[in-house]
Amino acid sequence: MKTIYLDNNATTKTDEEVLQAMLPYFSEQYGNPSSIYQIGRETRKAVDAARETVARLLNCEPGEIYFTSCGSESDNMAIKGIAHAYQKRGKHIITSKIEHPAVLETCKTLEKEGFEVSYIGVDENGILNLEELKNAIRQDTILITVMFANNEIGTIQPIREIGEIAAANKILFHTDAVQAAGSVKIDVRDLKIDSLSISAHKFHGPKGVGALYMRKAVLFNKLIDGGHQERNRRAGTENVAGIVGLSKALELAYAHMEENNQKIKALRDYYVAQIQERIPYIRVNGDMERRLPGNSNISFRFIEGEGLLLNLDLKGICASSGSACTSGSLDPSHVLLAIGLPHEIAHGSLRISIGKDNTKEEIDYVIESLVEIVQRLRDMSPLWEDFIESQGQA
Amino acid sequence: MEYSETVVDHYTNPRNVGKIEDASGVGQVGNPVCGDIMKMFIKVENNVITDVKFKTFGCGAAIASSSISTEMIKGRTIEEALALKNTEVVNQLGGLPPVKLHCSVLAEEAIHEAVADYYRKEGKMTEEEIREKCSLKEHNCENCCK
Repeated sequence: MKTIYLDNNATTKTDEEVLQAMLPYFSEQYGNPSSIYQIGRETRKAVDAARETVARLLNCEPGEIYFTSCGSESDNMAIKGIAHAYQKRGKHIITSKIEHPAVLETCKTLEKEGFEVSYIGVDENGILNLEELKNAIRQDTILITVMFANNEIGTIQPIREIGEIAAANKILFHTDAVQAAGSVKIDVRDLKIDSLSISAHKFHGPKGVGALYMRKAVLFNKLIDGGHQERNRRAGTENVAGIVGLSKALELAYAHMEENNQKIKALRDYYVAQIQERIPYIRVNGDMERRLPGNSNISFRFIEGEGLLLNLDLKGICASSGSACTSGSLDPSHVLLAIGLPHEIAHGSLRISIGKDNTKEEIDYVIESLVEIVQRLRDMSPLWEDFIESQGQA
Repeated sequence: MEYSETVVDHYTNPRNVGKIEDASGVGQVGNPVCGDIMKMFIKVENNVITDVKFKTFGCGAAIASSSISTEMIKGRTIEEALALKNTEVVNQLGGLPPVKLHCSVLAEEAIHEAVADYYRKEGKMTEEEIREKCSLKEHNCENCCK
């Protein structure tokens, strides 16, 4: 059976061109960038070139880029690093209720250390409430960390406005751009971003490598002690192949961003419109304008998301859900609850995230499959039966 | 999450889905907030469960647990059905992931509620007697598999 991959917000396939760029660093180019001999100097050059590329694309200096092992490490390094470096000035941090666990759990750890964290809400479309953010600012606020785009509902946050609010109040601003990087052109200077996390595997790069931009003037404590790598800010022998892959993937994403986004968005809009037309009692979650091009998140009322995913899997379709059953807890997605969905509707959500390699034929197959699966699961659902009976009586 | 072949079989082709219009007893457990609701319909003749149907809102494990438990009590006496333990449902399914064990508890409880409903309709026992015989308890999702 053919696999139809529609979970590009979870991870993406490494591009062939990216893979080819990486391969030499697994074989002949195996030198340690810290070594002084020829093959070490060559891998050092590769890491430097990658850093320059990433810096150019994000509009910062190469000295402001740190390579890490993943997006989560970048988030931890930025948030804990800044919190610990500035704690004498204050111990208050502001974030949002819809952050990725890499940020939320990091904030919870800091709370245990005595930091205070304000969690700002979002509106029903999943956009941060800026008034609430402004009101949360205190004398001792040292950091605002708000994601660039949400990983579940794809909403793009008002980053420029947050950057301005932070700058006006002399508060540092970190953004987890893991989901946005590769789909949105990010200019850290223009947007007044002090710190930003990205991860290669979200934009057709390899897994196991991320990057952190940290503005030169920002102080931060180290997360990983050891050698002098990354200008003594992040120890550990460089993942040379991964770093080369991250830089190549970001370069390709920027080079083809407009054409890819146009194609991806057209497919996404077609999918959403078809589902709206063909399946009743659904809810499209998240703002449809301020949104990543490939992301869709739809709740199918009266059914549960895991059952939906399992049935899609049987047809070779890969997607994800915000249901409790897929999260391993009793609660459904914190993001869907934050936009005000009742639990039972949050349980029935389906995230389809489209990538540059998907085709209209695949989307048509998914639509046909969903029409059939949703009806089958509804026929099995006591909630659907009660609803239909109540409609009949009304 | 890895499901056994039997679980996959049952959520792919669930047995006895539907409702019984003139059911002798109907039991419903769970709630939409937690993401699982099971509704069990039984037809009883001469103390034997001659037909069972179910409707379930829930994950693959919930659907599979409901489906297999209908097969396990069909043709059994009421006492045999009441004696069915969730662990037997799990064994019959070839195991469930730990986070899904509560789905099998729901299946056991749905059967008990359906039998209790049958007894109530029969009108021979007091509510207290029914509750005791069917070991009815308030379902608590947070604690049901502890």
